[in-house]
Amino acid sequence: MYGVGILKGLGITLKHFVDTYVDDFKWGIRRYTSDEGFTARQGLETEGLFTVQYPEEKIAVPERFRFVPFLVVNDQDHATEPDADWCTSCGICAKVCPPQCIWIIRSTDPDTGRPVPQPKDFFIDIDICMNCGFCAEFCPFDAIKMDHDYELSDYDRTSTHIYNHAKLAKPLSYWQMIAPSRAEQERLSREADEAAKAARKRK
Amino acid sequence: MTDTTSETVHSATDLLFEKFGDAIQADDREGYEGVIVSSDQLVDVAQSIRDDLGYNLLTNLSYVDYLADDFFEVVYHAYRVPAGGPPLTFRARTPRNEAILPSLTGVWPSADFQEREAWDLMGIRFAGHPNLKRILTWEGFEGHPMRKDWREPFYEEDNKPFKTRWPGGEVDRAEMRVPYGMNVQYPAGFTVDGYSPEGDAALYAGLAVPESASGIGVQQIKTDQLVVNLGPQHPSTHGVFRMTVTLDGETITRLEPVMGYLHRNHEQIGERNTYLMNMPYTDRLDYISSMANNMAYAITVEKMLGQEVPYRAELLRVLMVELTRIVNHYWAIGFLLNDLGAFFTPSLYAILERELVLDLFEATTGSRMMCNYMRFGGVAYDLPPYIGGPAVKPGDRARELDTLQFLNDLVFERLPRSLDELDRLLTTNEVIITRCKGVGVLPADVAIAYGATGPVLRASGVPYDLRRADPYSIYNDLDFDVAVRYNGDTYDRYLIRMDEVRQSLRILQQVVPMLKETAGEDYWAGKRPYNVRVPVGEHYGHHENPKGELGFHIVSDGTANPYRYHIRAPSFINITPLEEMCRGSKIADAIIILGSIDIVLGELDR
Repeated sequence: MYGVGILKGLGITLKHFVDTYVDDFKWGIRRYTSDEGFTARQGLETEGLFTVQYPEEKIAVPERFRFVPFLVVNDQDHATEPDADWCTSCGICAKVCPPQCIWIIRSTDPDTGRPVPQPKDFFIDIDICMNCGFCAEFCPFDAIKMDHDYELSDYDRTSTHIYNHAKLAKPLSYWQMIAPSRAEQERLSREADEAAKAARKRK
Repeated sequence: MTDTTSETVHSATDLLFEKFGDAIQADDREGYEGVIVSSDQLVDVAQSIRDDLGYNLLTNLSYVDYLADDFFEVVYHAYRVPAGGPPLTFRARTPRNEAILPSLTGVWPSADFQEREAWDLMGIRFAGHPNLKRILTWEGFEGHPMRKDWREPFYEEDNKPFKTRWPGGEVDRAEMRVPYGMNVQYPAGFTVDGYSPEGDAALYAGLAVPESASGIGVQQIKTDQLVVNLGPQHPSTHGVFRMTVTLDGETITRLEPVMGYLHRNHEQIGERNTYLMNMPYTDRLDYISSMANNMAYAITVEKMLGQEVPYRAELLRVLMVELTRIVNHYWAIGFLLNDLGAFFTPSLYAILERELVLDLFEATTGSRMMCNYMRFGGVAYDLPPYIGGPAVKPGDRARELDTLQFLNDLVFERLPRSLDELDRLLTTNEVIITRCKGVGVLPADVAIAYGATGPVLRASGVPYDLRRADPYSIYNDLDFDVAVRYNGDTYDRYLIRMDEVRQSLRILQQVVPMLKETAGEDYWAGKRPYNVRVPVGEHYGHHENPKGELGFHIVSDGTANPYRYHIRAPSFINITPLEEMCRGSKIADAIIILGSIDIVLGELDR
């Protein structure tokens, strides 16, 4: 019989429409104000409308989220070396970068002319960066990390989209804030490495 | 590859030696396989391979520029369908300065677009090809960009990493360097103002049919033929794809796809890159199913490296690939409905669950679509403990969902429920049935001849799925069926996707409990180097992507960069039979036929 399939389809559309309001009545205003309400709205239980009211509310991105790298430096209140670079300008990130958007100038000692393990300047062309995360993945010093700030629109790309060291450097505390469990894991593995190194030295 | 299957390839080549004698030569280079066929007997040998040996589907045609030895080599890979097994490799050579080979379009129509691509990018002429013109670059393009001595605009160096980046990396924008300098090549006599696209005029003239031939299906009424241009800027062509059609009234009499608007010479970029650098680039091929692209590339290079993959990594790979397949098929079904005129209601219902799957991808890999997840020897990360993240920025809303619980609910409840709902919504809908049944029929023999793979082939009644035909990863241990439908029309191409989602769910329901058991095991074997060196040789690796067979043909010369990196893109080859499917249908049906093939321009144009 004609029309049955169409009616069934309309029923499903109606169900989706009603479900949105059922959820609203069940949760009340908490659906939009509380974190539990948000989880329910953006999780597996949700039945009706799925939308997020961007930019008033944003989904907090997961720890592994990757968007345009930044350089880790010591915090300003670090006991001995405030603002010191973790980067040793070894160049692995520049070598592994698929679109080749990382440019590093290595420092040299003015007296001896020998290279110093510290970048003199560090550039990333964020127009070219493809956010693959290889630089952070293969950095042996945890010195380059992927940022979580995805709102980078600008009126002029030519003058603003090449990030230099000053713009790329962010303190360790920032990394600990956006990726707490990964930062902690890295700290533990660094400490374990150092302990192993010290043990080898003692031998 | 088991011994029995490689045995069949060997006995097949033995038969060729017997029959053709001197025209066939074994390829004795280290790391290579297959036979070299002398070019003057290529068509006869191909005919024999198809008819006597039963390799009836020419899947891939790759071309390699051996600059040092001064010849081009065209490499063909053929399958036995639906029997399965590894491909038979045969190749033909032609000198670089006068590159010409006989066309195989007469034996396998699937060679049509691929030979045009080889002419376009490598400059190899194919004698006897019915329509040998450029396919991916524009018609006024000068030179053949895949040749090893060709230099692109803004050329820096042959291989990455570039030497200017470190230790003295003073930043420099490519576009600031001579945008119209010596690197850009133009045809003789070219001026910007004087350019008129002659290729278009030729295209339309080729499609226009002389008046006497008009009147298909309409007798006694004098009708005019009309050439209509669909796309490239058209919402129903799924991107910048263009079809030029000749119409008789509303009926299509001829159709020619025009493509290349998204061409970026992915393969040449791939040859400049190191092996690992290509991984994120494969995400950008079929951007709906980046995980599957990663998998195809990873298994190809691992085979060349002889790298083993830990069990948990295989589980994670299968999990991601099958979720991708579900997402892709939902997407295809949803947008097929858009093409049918049901504006966005069904497609939004179809891609609602996609958001949840992408949440998992994002939490695991760091990106929703450009996943860049697989590595040679495993995967980049294990599953995260929970999905969601800390609220940091103003307006951020935190969520915390346990990953395994999430996966469990998704795979056992949410996805099956949504599939059933989609089934109720669409399968028995009268409009869909009348619009789709009997439209764009692709018979099994035509599908095989034109090299169709994936759902398009299986909807035509050929149960051929690489996961079963030439098994890889852990698919041999998993319980699932190869979905098949027999009518080969648009409705069956819709149904086959529903069936495949069900089979993928079956796989996932086996994988998720195993993931729980193997928690904490190693997910990436080996030393995790960033500069892998692949032994000298060649390999054609293939993978059952959601859209069809994705193949990578990689030639290594032992350096850090692939010497040749060719992609057999399923979308590109699946539209070869488009004209066959559309001829005689109405213009509105062409849109849904194209939608039912399910193309993505990122991999079609490469």
